[in-house]
Amino acid sequence: MANVAYQLGSSGYAANSAHSAPHAHPSWSPYDNNGGTCVAVAGNDYCIVAASTRLSTGFSILSRDVSMIFKLSDKLMILSPGFQADARTLHKVLQQRYIQYQFNHSRPMSVAACAQLLGNTLYYKRFFPYYTFNICAGLDEQGKGAVYSYDAIGSHERSGYAVQGSGKDLIQPVLDNQLKAASPLVLPPENWMSSLPLDQAVDLVKDAFVSAGERDIYTGDAVEIYIITKEGTRREVVELKKD
Amino acid sequence: MVDPKAAAAVHSGHDPIKHTTSPYVTGTSVLGVTYRDGVLLAADTLGSYGSTKRYKSFERLCKVNDQTIIGAGGELSDFQYILTLLEELSNEDFCADDDAKLSPKEIYAYLSRVLYNRRSKMDPLWNSLVVGGVQDGKPFLGTITMLGVHYSDDHIATGFGQMLARPLFRERHRPDMSEEEATQLLHEGLRVCYYRDKQTTNKFQIAKVTTEGTTISEPFALETKWDYKAFVNPGALAMGTW
Repeated sequence: MANVAYQLGSSGYAANSAHSAPHAHPSWSPYDNNGGTCVAVAGNDYCIVAASTRLSTGFSILSRDVSMIFKLSDKLMILSPGFQADARTLHKVLQQRYIQYQFNHSRPMSVAACAQLLGNTLYYKRFFPYYTFNICAGLDEQGKGAVYSYDAIGSHERSGYAVQGSGKDLIQPVLDNQLKAASPLVLPPENWMSSLPLDQAVDLVKDAFVSAGERDIYTGDAVEIYIITKEGTRREVVELKKD
Repeated sequence: MVDPKAAAAVHSGHDPIKHTTSPYVTGTSVLGVTYRDGVLLAADTLGSYGSTKRYKSFERLCKVNDQTIIGAGGELSDFQYILTLLEELSNEDFCADDDAKLSPKEIYAYLSRVLYNRRSKMDPLWNSLVVGGVQDGKPFLGTITMLGVHYSDDHIATGFGQMLARPLFRERHRPDMSEEEATQLLHEGLRVCYYRDKQTTNKFQIAKVTTEGTTISEPFALETKWDYKAFVNPGALAMGTW
């Protein structure tokens, strides 16, 4: 630092430096984890989409009513637990692309197209990722439920159901057990779509959230559920414990 | 540990680009509540330099326009920079001369993008902002952190206030409170912050926004009581502590 005549603070590691700023922080991270759990279940003629509404940081509850579900249309939704600021940014990018797509193609985006777009959008930020763990869900062009789940950098897969977020470890095995995902390796290939009737699947999703809310501190307050069928989309809110 | 790149930069006579990795002059909590006719924000007037009470009359609540006020905690120079950004936007609104002004939600959306963009450059504006306003006859209250995390709620507190004042708000707040009740609640919140947050001074301001417009109070002090038994001898009621 010989060439510097006057300076505030110093270079290097502020935490162990004698000239550090009055509020020395050991490091600053551009990321936060705001928690929350998302579930989507695909049926032959329906799709259920659900997400908790608590926004947290560390051991603090920031707010009890913040939606993680981004509705591109009545039949197409993105669920994004993880870092709320990144999730909102991602949603804004996708909203723009969704509108552009309609101008360019004169029809709404299919779930498959949106799923690929979401994968590409995430991978575009491969080396400074959006810290979100998305589910893209809706009805496909045949009117069947479609669910795609992602990691933070865009790897994705279509499946019969998906769980993401802080309550994933608690809910995933329950859905595996109740919805019996067929192994992709069995021959002849089996349909991996849930064969559960709609009302039973909705009850299963509600129970899953109530259970996750009991043990996961980041899941609670309420769960917002969209039930998508070809007749239309219905929204329900189920209150969860606020502790 | 020496960063080799930083060391090389020193030898060649060029310092590496420096970004804010820690704040210098800071403000502490900002509290906010909605009530029947609008929104109230509250904050003290201290600008701390570490543990030094550096600036004792720093006004952390500001008017943006007739329907919007903002409050800030964190790095106060960054807050003053944010105010210049808002000033520019207000000047553009004035020059357009069409009586259209930025709404509270627009200012909230704008600031959330500014703070998110700066964090994405790894050069954050080190603030927690609270935006209060009245839009379409309804109160609006939102907050934004330096990472760009943002949410709106009926009551909000940043920093220490999140731990100290927010539990009081959760117990006592109602959206249909009168101005007197809401002011009373904010006073309670400020008082616990003053008792337990060392970065708080007993000099506060309350800003109000209603359909009538905005007002920011003159600084005032709250009555405090220090002879509680638990304050005089904090260990007496908690076995096993000192």
